[in-house]
Amino acid sequence: MFVINCPFCGEREQSEFKAGGEAHIIRPKQPTELSDDQWAEYLFMRKNIKGIQFERWVHTHGCRKWFNVVRDTSSDKIKAVYKMGEKPPSE
Amino acid sequence: MSKNLRVKTSKFIDETYKVSFKFNGTTYYGYKGDTLASALLANDIHLVGRSFKYHRPRGIMTAGSEEPNAIVQLHNNTSRTEPNVRATEIEIYEGLEASSQNCWPSVNFDIGGINNFLSPILPAGFYYKTFMWPANFWEKYEYFIRKSAGLGKSPTETDPDIYEHKYIHCDVLIIGAGISGIMAARTAAKNGFKTLLVDEKSYLGGSTIYQNSEQFKINNQISNSWLEKEINEIKKFENLEIKTRTSVAAFHGYNFLLARENLTDHLPLDQRINKTRQRLLKIRAKKVITATGALERPLIFDNNDRPGILLSSAIEKYANLFGVACGEKNVLFTNNDSAYETAISLYQKGINIEAIIDNREEIDSKLIKETEKNNIKIYKGFTVVNTFGYKRINKISIMQLSKDGQKVVGSKISIACDCLGISGGWTPAVHLFTQSGGKLKFRDEDQVFIPDIYPSDQISIGSCNGDFTLDEIISSIPNKLKEFLNIKKTDYENLEIYSSFNKSKRNIWLLPSDKVIGKTKPFVDYQNDATAKDIKLALREGFRSIEHVKRYTTTGMGTDQGKLGNMHALGIISETAGSKMGELGTTTFRPPYTPLTFGTIVGRNVGEFFDIFRKTPVHDWHVKNKAEFENVGQWKRAWYYPKDGENMHEAVQRESKAARDSAGILDASTLGKIDIQGTDASEFLNRVYTNAWSKLAIGKCRYGLMLNEDGMVYDDGVTTRLDENHYIMTTTTGGAATVLGKLEDYLQTEWPELDVYLTSVTDHYATISVCGPSSKKIVSQVIPELDFSDESFPHMSFKNAKIDKIKCRVMRISFTGEHSYEINVQANYGKSVWEKCMEAGKEFNITPYGTETMHLLRAEKGFIIVGQDTDATMTPIDLQMDWIVSKKKYDFIGKRSLYRSDTIKDDRKQLVGLLTENPDEVLEEGAQIVADIKKSPVEMLGHVTSSYYSPNLKKSIALGVVRGGKNMMGQKLIIPMENKQINVTVADPVFLDKENKRLNA
Repeated sequence: MFVINCPFCGEREQSEFKAGGEAHIIRPKQPTELSDDQWAEYLFMRKNIKGIQFERWVHTHGCRKWFNVVRDTSSDKIKAVYKMGEKPPSE
Repeated sequence: MSKNLRVKTSKFIDETYKVSFKFNGTTYYGYKGDTLASALLANDIHLVGRSFKYHRPRGIMTAGSEEPNAIVQLHNNTSRTEPNVRATEIEIYEGLEASSQNCWPSVNFDIGGINNFLSPILPAGFYYKTFMWPANFWEKYEYFIRKSAGLGKSPTETDPDIYEHKYIHCDVLIIGAGISGIMAARTAAKNGFKTLLVDEKSYLGGSTIYQNSEQFKINNQISNSWLEKEINEIKKFENLEIKTRTSVAAFHGYNFLLARENLTDHLPLDQRINKTRQRLLKIRAKKVITATGALERPLIFDNNDRPGILLSSAIEKYANLFGVACGEKNVLFTNNDSAYETAISLYQKGINIEAIIDNREEIDSKLIKETEKNNIKIYKGFTVVNTFGYKRINKISIMQLSKDGQKVVGSKISIACDCLGISGGWTPAVHLFTQSGGKLKFRDEDQVFIPDIYPSDQISIGSCNGDFTLDEIISSIPNKLKEFLNIKKTDYENLEIYSSFNKSKRNIWLLPSDKVIGKTKPFVDYQNDATAKDIKLALREGFRSIEHVKRYTTTGMGTDQGKLGNMHALGIISETAGSKMGELGTTTFRPPYTPLTFGTIVGRNVGEFFDIFRKTPVHDWHVKNKAEFENVGQWKRAWYYPKDGENMHEAVQRESKAARDSAGILDASTLGKIDIQGTDASEFLNRVYTNAWSKLAIGKCRYGLMLNEDGMVYDDGVTTRLDENHYIMTTTTGGAATVLGKLEDYLQTEWPELDVYLTSVTDHYATISVCGPSSKKIVSQVIPELDFSDESFPHMSFKNAKIDKIKCRVMRISFTGEHSYEINVQANYGKSVWEKCMEAGKEFNITPYGTETMHLLRAEKGFIIVGQDTDATMTPIDLQMDWIVSKKKYDFIGKRSLYRSDTIKDDRKQLVGLLTENPDEVLEEGAQIVADIKKSPVEMLGHVTSSYYSPNLKKSIALGVVRGGKNMMGQKLIIPMENKQINVTVADPVFLDKENKRLNA
């Protein structure tokens, strides 16, 4: 069980959080102008990387805030945590 | 009468405290401090159980948690009975009753023993191969296989004991209180770390504490007395917590560990009352020091499993710690120096040793010279080729090993004995390290896996790290601790060590025999009866992966998880397959390290605490009025209110009729309620619901449908505009939490620019729904100040009001199709408002109704229940609810998906009404719907989602989803049931009051 450093509350047990899938997938501003394929790309296509993955987490049993986590899926090491809207760390 | 094999007792045993216990019905005596195993051995009892497959007699093999054979059932046929308890771990107490497992009628005469003679036809995979055909015979086979499988018997009565969970946070956790763990504990504690030291045994000091020999000295003191002083030192630290009888079960990532602390298992039953039996410790440690030691390896030779054959280290422990001789004619068989430690211990205690058989030819360590001084015969370069004696070993035969160790040469020598100690060297206990994600490396020189890459802030020290000798252990620990704990010095620099142990070893995984392999029984996994022959067979049959061989032969799959034999299995596989040990890897060590009771796992979460349940503010009234309850999520909802002798059907029919004829009352408090405020609240609702919200006037209510981004219906409910920037949204009971979560997600991540605040107020309000033609009269009496005229208070509108001085919100909304009102009041007044409604409704025969009647009433009106009439594949169009999908809105969640190529297909499953040919026939929910029963295979068009007998329409009604159902109005379909076919006609899903006249009745 990981310890996640919530950017609002600090270090908490993983059981207080929920994972929300891949991060930085932006909902298209004009969905009606997209083709089926383009919409499907947004709707269904997600990466499943062995290694560094950018993902969304929410502190469900805490502040209820969403934020981003950079996690190495092969070791579960969390490399970085940052708020929604902030730029992902480059390294 | 049995013999007494107690020799000079040790200080670990309280000779003044005699303990009586029963084994297989006979009373025996031991001393306080004994384990069941040591007490049995003191009574000269080796035969404890039967093996799993061949029912071979088996005895005590080890002196610890790795025991594969001596597993017993405690207190059979009582509520405290426990199967598969290791006799080597359980401490005896007055009144303990243990019995053998896996044997019938008794351990001495076991019918299943015939399997031993049938073993040539019971190879690995026998069950897989034999009971496959014919397939329909499996049910018959299964009965017998299940009967002969399994070890102990699980209890049938409620567990009377108390269990609990506890969280512990510490700086340094040390697992194992052997010499390494004690040194680490003292160092960590002295440097101010909040330290926790745990050990599965009842005493501290590991194996060093009973190593009473001039051959092992630290600073000129015998190692055990040196360690004893260290232990006394560490007990003084206030920042060091010591837990004995505590076994770490699991080592997870981020240094999260689970351990079981055993608090009462060593106490007589009458002293356990009202005490916690076991505690599951959930430990989060900043740093972990693993000092779990090593397990001695057995040797693999023909008939190496007879009662009386023990690990050499176990014999030493029984002699030194418990003062028990395991036999009177002892022989030791070894490939390394460890057995000589045992020999010296036995000699000191005056226990007779017949001979030592050593695989090694050229050996000359100080330890061996010391042994030879005592006139103990050593056969160098020899191996045991066979053993004799059915229920107890009585003889071995030995032969000389060839130079390459592949064959035996020369003639056989027989040696009589009643106990054989075997030592195949040591295996570091790396189980916890690998559980944590650590990677191992293979050390060729002594054929062991040792920790290589650490996945978290942890180290392994001592023999679990492959440092087996006293000087290696003690000289390596100071530097390791200094680096790991980031400290300048330890108390253990420059200790003077004397150890006569030599590391030389002759490792032969499968010892040669004068017989061919097919004729021998060299056991690798004792508990599951897997032999070297089985492993070789698996390889011949094409299995290559260690994980496959394990499952096929069941090697390592017993309750002991193959702690003894797994290394040999690997060795035999690599030798047979010609692959290198290091490349072969190991099987996965999974938690728990030793079995946990279910009680420990669930802790206090039993009975009514198994799962929390939520009660509405009116709950007590429902209980008092004898409601039956239904679980909806975690809620207990009133299901129906049976009146004297009514069954559910009768009650529901009565309730449904009353609601439409006069008045019904429903506790709707469980509906999710979300308070929405902010200047962009209207815009927000526009985006999350399919219909338009901007023009909803203050004081009006509107039904909304919420979709997922994939266009599928997610939730529904009525939302009311309380003020310009203030709404109250209702959700389904089950969807309350997920809807809030989803809305927050969009607000925080997609539309952070919107000024909207969401608050869950589900628990803050009681919601009481009064419906039926008399509803207006009833609520007018409850809230006389309010104008309930249709002009002032039309359908789908809301008013603030007061009942006495208590503020409430009244909505005129309807889920039954009747004229109805919903009163929302602060939760703690819920029950009194409910009672007021009941009082006011008395003259109108107001009838409380539960969820079942609610479902029936809404089905009459064709209203859907999300989750019952929909699954995650229904769009609003599929539900024939096109009217609620705004064409004008540019965007809302799920809009784009409503015209994906898949969602616009005509032949999607669509919601329709179903009427049975026979109006009294009620369909089964979930039943399949077909058009052509003769077609092969029969094409399933859909299924029934809701079905009731409507007392108001006096006929059976149903909703269902049917492929292309929208265009099948009036068409006849078939519901095939087990014994009959039911003919139905596709109909409009609105069965009652299509014109909505009743809303204003």
